[in-house]
Amino acid sequence: MLLSSLVILPLLTVLAVAFCKELQQIRVVAFIGTLLQLALVAYIYTAYQSQSITQSNFLLERDCEWFPLLNIHYHVGVDGISMAMIILTAIIVIAGVLVSWKIKELSKEFFILLLLLSAGAYGFFISLDVFTLFFFLEVAVIPKFLLITIWGSGKKEYSAMKLALMLMTGSALIFVGLMGLYYTAHSFDLQTISKTLLNPEAQKIIFPFLFIGFGFFAALFPFHTWVPDGHSSAPTAASMFLAGISMKLGGYGCLRVATYLLPYAAQYYSPYIIALAAIAILYGAFATMMQTDLKYINAYSSVSHCGFVLLGIGMLTQTAITGAVMQMVSHGLITALFFAAIGMLYERTHTRQVKELGGLLKVMPFISTVFIIAGLCSLGLPGLSGFAAEVTVFVGSWQRTETAYRIATIVSCASIVVTAVYILRATGSSILGAVKNEHFLSLKDATWNEKLAALLLLIGIIVIGIMPYVLQNAITAPVVDIMNHLNANK
Amino acid sequence: MTVGLTHIIVLSTALFFIGMFGLFTRRNMITMLMSIELLLNSVNINFVAFNKYLYPAKMDGVFFSVFIITVAAAEAAVAIAIIINLYRTHKSIDVDDVADLKQ
Amino acid sequence: MMKELLYHITAFKSLPLGEVGGAALWIILLPLANFILLGLGKKYLKNMAGVLSTVLLFIAVVIALSIAYHYFFIDGKQNGVYQTITICQAHWLSLSPTMNVELGIQLDALSVMMLVVVTFISSMVHLFSLGYMKGEERYANYFAYLGLFTFSMLGLVAATNLLQLYMCWELVGVSSYLLIGFYFEKPSAVAAAKKAFIVTRFADLGLLIGILILSFNTGSFDFQTVIQSLTNTQSSSFISITASSFLGMSTLTWGLILIFIGGAGKSAMLPLHIWLPDAMEGPTPVSALIHAATMVVAGVFLVAKLFAVFAIDVTALQLVGYVGSASALFAAIIACTQTDIKRVLAYSTMSQIGYMMFALGVSKYGGEEGLGYSAALFHLFTHAFFKSLLFLCAGAVIHLVHSNEMKDMGGLRKLMPVTHIAFLIACLAIAGVPPFAGFFSKEEILSATYKNNKGIYILALFTSAVTAFYMFRLYFSIFWNKSFDNHHHEHHGEGTITMKLPLLILMLCAAAVGFIPFSEFISSDNHPFHSAIHIGFSILPVVLGLCGITLAAFLYFKQNDRPDKIVNSIQVLYKTAYRKFYVDELYLFITKKIIFNGIAKPAAWIDKNIVDSCMNGVASITTTISATIKNMQSGKVQQYALYFFAGVAVLLMAVLYVWK
Repeated sequence: MLLSSLVILPLLTVLAVAFCKELQQIRVVAFIGTLLQLALVAYIYTAYQSQSITQSNFLLERDCEWFPLLNIHYHVGVDGISMAMIILTAIIVIAGVLVSWKIKELSKEFFILLLLLSAGAYGFFISLDVFTLFFFLEVAVIPKFLLITIWGSGKKEYSAMKLALMLMTGSALIFVGLMGLYYTAHSFDLQTISKTLLNPEAQKIIFPFLFIGFGFFAALFPFHTWVPDGHSSAPTAASMFLAGISMKLGGYGCLRVATYLLPYAAQYYSPYIIALAAIAILYGAFATMMQTDLKYINAYSSVSHCGFVLLGIGMLTQTAITGAVMQMVSHGLITALFFAAIGMLYERTHTRQVKELGGLLKVMPFISTVFIIAGLCSLGLPGLSGFAAEVTVFVGSWQRTETAYRIATIVSCASIVVTAVYILRATGSSILGAVKNEHFLSLKDATWNEKLAALLLLIGIIVIGIMPYVLQNAITAPVVDIMNHLNANK
Repeated sequence: MTVGLTHIIVLSTALFFIGMFGLFTRRNMITMLMSIELLLNSVNINFVAFNKYLYPAKMDGVFFSVFIITVAAAEAAVAIAIIINLYRTHKSIDVDDVADLKQ
Repeated sequence: MMKELLYHITAFKSLPLGEVGGAALWIILLPLANFILLGLGKKYLKNMAGVLSTVLLFIAVVIALSIAYHYFFIDGKQNGVYQTITICQAHWLSLSPTMNVELGIQLDALSVMMLVVVTFISSMVHLFSLGYMKGEERYANYFAYLGLFTFSMLGLVAATNLLQLYMCWELVGVSSYLLIGFYFEKPSAVAAAKKAFIVTRFADLGLLIGILILSFNTGSFDFQTVIQSLTNTQSSSFISITASSFLGMSTLTWGLILIFIGGAGKSAMLPLHIWLPDAMEGPTPVSALIHAATMVVAGVFLVAKLFAVFAIDVTALQLVGYVGSASALFAAIIACTQTDIKRVLAYSTMSQIGYMMFALGVSKYGGEEGLGYSAALFHLFTHAFFKSLLFLCAGAVIHLVHSNEMKDMGGLRKLMPVTHIAFLIACLAIAGVPPFAGFFSKEEILSATYKNNKGIYILALFTSAVTAFYMFRLYFSIFWNKSFDNHHHEHHGEGTITMKLPLLILMLCAAAVGFIPFSEFISSDNHPFHSAIHIGFSILPVVLGLCGITLAAFLYFKQNDRPDKIVNSIQVLYKTAYRKFYVDELYLFITKKIIFNGIAKPAAWIDKNIVDSCMNGVASITTTISATIKNMQSGKVQQYALYFFAGVAVLLMAVLYVWK
């Protein structure tokens, strides 16, 4: 019941928001709702910690029949990986509500959709039944389309349609994969399937559907093209959610469903995954260099950074997979912070073009500092979360000694230079330098809600950066389980 | 020269294609309705002829043609009613002016 | 969380250093405290920021000195060998069940020496900055950045493992970025900061891959484990790393070369030096600290730290030697032509670091044969003092003149007597004139080089003459030459006592530190040995140095047209050197033309026009098909009838002929 309340609480908040009348009421109720979410997540974390001594992989489990005819269960439970993702979701949702404080137009609907998204994400991360997992994945897609078309900017209809269609294509592939899984294993239950030995040939057929399907979400090259358009047209909170959580749905799915359930195929397809991930990392980084819009820069850099997640998963070593999970959490926080900072700048200056900005550090020291820290974190500065995650992926990748894997690792390492180039270019001309526009001088720095949002994300980034073992300890057991599973199915 | 089955079938086929030609080329709905009558009657001729030449002991073919004539009469009535209604709304009985099925 | 954190910091081990050892943690924590306090509380601290941070740093110096005293004179030696002592460790991450990364403090002779140098120079720079940066708008920020830098540099020199070194290495780079770009409203400062970061980052890629190679093959990041397993030729990791090869070189060689590339980037060796002259955009005290005394010698430190491994691999070590000597000469020649005094000093720094590098490169491991190693670090030590002194003097001069250009200076000796004397002594030290500090270290380098590589020795001799020439060119141009026209300038003397005091202290050091018997403290295998100065051998370099000084005096002592004449007679050569041998242009070509236009632009284009178009193409194909099908539904009854009859006809044919 405890875990199910993660899904129920946002839905209750949605109801509460729906009955609100004034703007102030709506946002306060939404904020309180997300605060409660965080409190609940914290409570679940303590409950999880107190139980984690036992041997069982998934804790706080609950299993009841949902649709007996097809053997579909509502089965939830958490392990370290999903716990980490849930905490990430809670933090980003609060930050998202805080940065959307000023939304006046249709604010009720906005917050309702945002909360629905969080319900979908929580449901996804706690599901142990692949069908319910898929169900929640879909719940998390539709609101995005509305968020972008209604509150977006730029060519929003095009972007929203593209995002929705591409993610739906991904879902369709996942669905086909799930059907394959069901008719091979005769079950939708994650643990049951993981215990049955699936026919290698069947695995080989099912795996691409699942991996590419989730890959659509995780910006797998070449199915990443919704990322730049979608992120840059979305309103700030939606961008944060999109890059911070939605892309992680994909990474989580690739790991938990595709790789974990189909270990033989994962090893068979590993070189292809690596190749695509390495391409995404370096190519995404180079493509970022040429962008002139801050949101496009961050969106393309997300493609590059999410490449590390897929690289880690594809390498199939314990260290690399640990790194991939850490990168999911770390990138979620970083990119949310980055989008928050960009959103704050855009709200004030009404432009996101690097060339038109300049000298903002003088005018808005807080926002600019946040921007610079997000940038530095993105380029892998030690002491912040990005470094810990990336270095783990690198070390894990280096453990694969085959030449092709080595090349992919070196290519991915090379991205740290390119990342530095585009981050510093963007920072140099938008934040530093002389003030380019007279009217910037009258702009105000961050308000309390924006400061709170940024600090919340920053704390996460710094804690993981300085004490990555906290995160690592949490995810070691499930990763070891995945590794055992992989090694048993060579 | 006796009139054989073949002659009658040729006649009914000719009648059928004349009807079809009329149906596809005429834009006037009344003419189209008349063409449909031709089509139906060519079928009637077939029924009667096959009955007479192949199964003279039975009356099934004749019954069928009686049925068809009845249905055709009803159909003509309904069709003309539709045409009148269309004429009221569209001020035309040209079939191309009434492409409302598209919507 | 807190409990967990405390649990992860291993308790201080029983230390041979007694109570002082534990205090080593404070050396590192005090600058960090500076950074955090000043960063968060800049609004409330205001002008107290500088004083606070300076005081904290002086405490760190006292601790560092006492640790050095304890280490070198009381507890550090066991059986005649300096020990490596791990003071404390905090768990950071386990990268595999066997590879635990523990951040901590490890003291060996090299680290202790570096701790002293870094804290000492940093404290001098803090003191000097109190006056120099007074009135700056972002005064507290400046000191916060200095704190961050000092923290990361100390973390670097006290690192227990390669990954900690890499982390601090990056942090040092970022603080350097922040400080070079301190005047962020100047586009040139922003560009210089960016360039410094990116060029060193490129080199860091080498370092990162090098670290990956070494750590993968030895199964550990710890310096001690890595060095032990790679120097023991019987160990399995040594056998595996030397057995595998790539492009004709063993993996070990590759690893070391990549690590050296990292070091060369930070230490501004050819061809990764281009960021250093531009880095002079930062405030001058910063140049004294980061770009003269501490950060730029990190490359030398890195090679020295792994010297035992480098000594095994001839190829890598030779590369270090040749790159070092080439950089030394190259930079010295450019320095002769530059007119911006800070740039002259920057090239001189590069040249002196080249000295240290090739001294390492020609050295061997152990005992007297390891003279090059001791000499390199000796030079690092003395250079830190006289070069930071030179920069601080230059800072004082710039503070007065408000210009970096030589032509705006001249005849300043009367206006700034203290600076003048300090600058003179620093110049004598760098020129290798006895009995100043630089003489002793350079002498050791030259004798080590003479023994092992005659070619580099000749280059080094020539470079030392050139060094003397350009340093005195600078000295005469600033303090003599023409008389200073101070009507145009608002004269505010040499600055406050806080600006003069560091000059005096450093001047004493620059004059005296040469007498330290350095090889008795720092040697390649930690066995102290005695190195003597051979009077006969040192005559030649000193005479050459004096020749350089005389030439400089001849050209620049009084204002005259001799320099111009010489310039005109070797115009092409002069211009090439003045334009820094066009290396910057080459880089610009590579980055702009090849990387931007050749890679990044096509990547962005492909993404937009090919990958994305394919995705959009799928969408538009779907739309086209649906449009085509949609047209069939015309609403025309006759067309429908036609389809119907055609359908019936086709079915009829099928029934009759196909499915009989």
